[in-house]
Amino acid sequence: MSEPIKHGDEHETHDGVEHAAKHGEHEHHVTPPIVYIVIFGCLLVLTAATVGASYIEMGVFNPIIAIAIGVVKATLVVLFFMGVKYSTRLTKLTVGAGLFTFLVLIGMTLSDYISRAWGRW
Amino acid sequence: MSDSTAIAHEAHHEHPPYQRHHFETVEQQADATNFAMWLFLLTEIMFFGGLFTAYLIYRNWYYPAFVAASHQLDIRWGTANTAVLISSSFTMAMGVWCSETRRKSGLVLCLVLTFLLGLVFLGIKTIEYSEKIEKHHVPGFHYSLNSFLNPDSDEAAKAAGDKPLPLDMARHTELYFFLYFAMTGMHALHMIIGIAILGYMIFRARAGAYTTGHVTFVENFGLYWHFVDIVWIFLFPLLYLISRHAN
Repeated sequence: MSEPIKHGDEHETHDGVEHAAKHGEHEHHVTPPIVYIVIFGCLLVLTAATVGASYIEMGVFNPIIAIAIGVVKATLVVLFFMGVKYSTRLTKLTVGAGLFTFLVLIGMTLSDYISRAWGRW
Repeated sequence: MSDSTAIAHEAHHEHPPYQRHHFETVEQQADATNFAMWLFLLTEIMFFGGLFTAYLIYRNWYYPAFVAASHQLDIRWGTANTAVLISSSFTMAMGVWCSETRRKSGLVLCLVLTFLLGLVFLGIKTIEYSEKIEKHHVPGFHYSLNSFLNPDSDEAAKAAGDKPLPLDMARHTELYFFLYFAMTGMHALHMIIGIAILGYMIFRARAGAYTTGHVTFVENFGLYWHFVDIVWIFLFPLLYLISRHAN
């Protein structure tokens, strides 16, 4: 399944348009449809996986698996559907900054809720 | 190949009509627009992030209530809607490709499919919402705790094997539904806005727009549409799949 994804990688270029995109530095990257089709398939399979996993008793791992599959799906969408994999460094940095700020929001809020009544339960 | 390189050369010498004067090159314009779109999406991440944080905290506090309340959602509708939305993201991505490779009829087809899949999503959401209204599961004066105090009287609760919740815990199911409506409602609002813009784009694409080498609008709309898809990718397991295994 991971095989066709690699076609979009830096070194393997079959498509002429893609080839041109590699050489001109600021050239617009065109993701070939095969990449979209493979990612689409992966997303559907992962959706089935997350539904299936929710029926299996795994204790604390149930939410962890659900979130992990969600993160994988979101990563696929961001990298390929949204084309961040082929975008400029500025865009990559921006996406990273967004993720970081979101984690700060969640992390600091939860650390407050967890630690506020520390030792008083 | 020749097609694509030709555009690049043109861009440096003559100015295409879509290049604004304050940009040096078309590439600079495209990069700046892309950057701006991502900045907007960051504000969206923080907006939904607040809702997700609230969800996380209350879920930890009132877990039994969240489990019982989540059993009221129909997993089949949720799964179907996830598939519909992923498909619409796929057709949108193909639309961007059609735009980049200047396929006018392909672009119109992709946009129409995305538009229709968006409507299917909202249609399914309407079915789900109306069920909640019928059962008085909308937070407010008419909110009913019946499904959670007497689970045997409720089909969905009975099927999930729910045990009656104590009154104080049962009350917190209202909080789950508040978050459910806030999160899916805001998501649906984003869908409605997206569908409206898609309608405009179909109209414009039929007139030949977006397939002249200027793909920024389609591309950035694609980013928005995929973002909305990502929000649902997390909403689905968090709201529908909390606990389908244990009773």
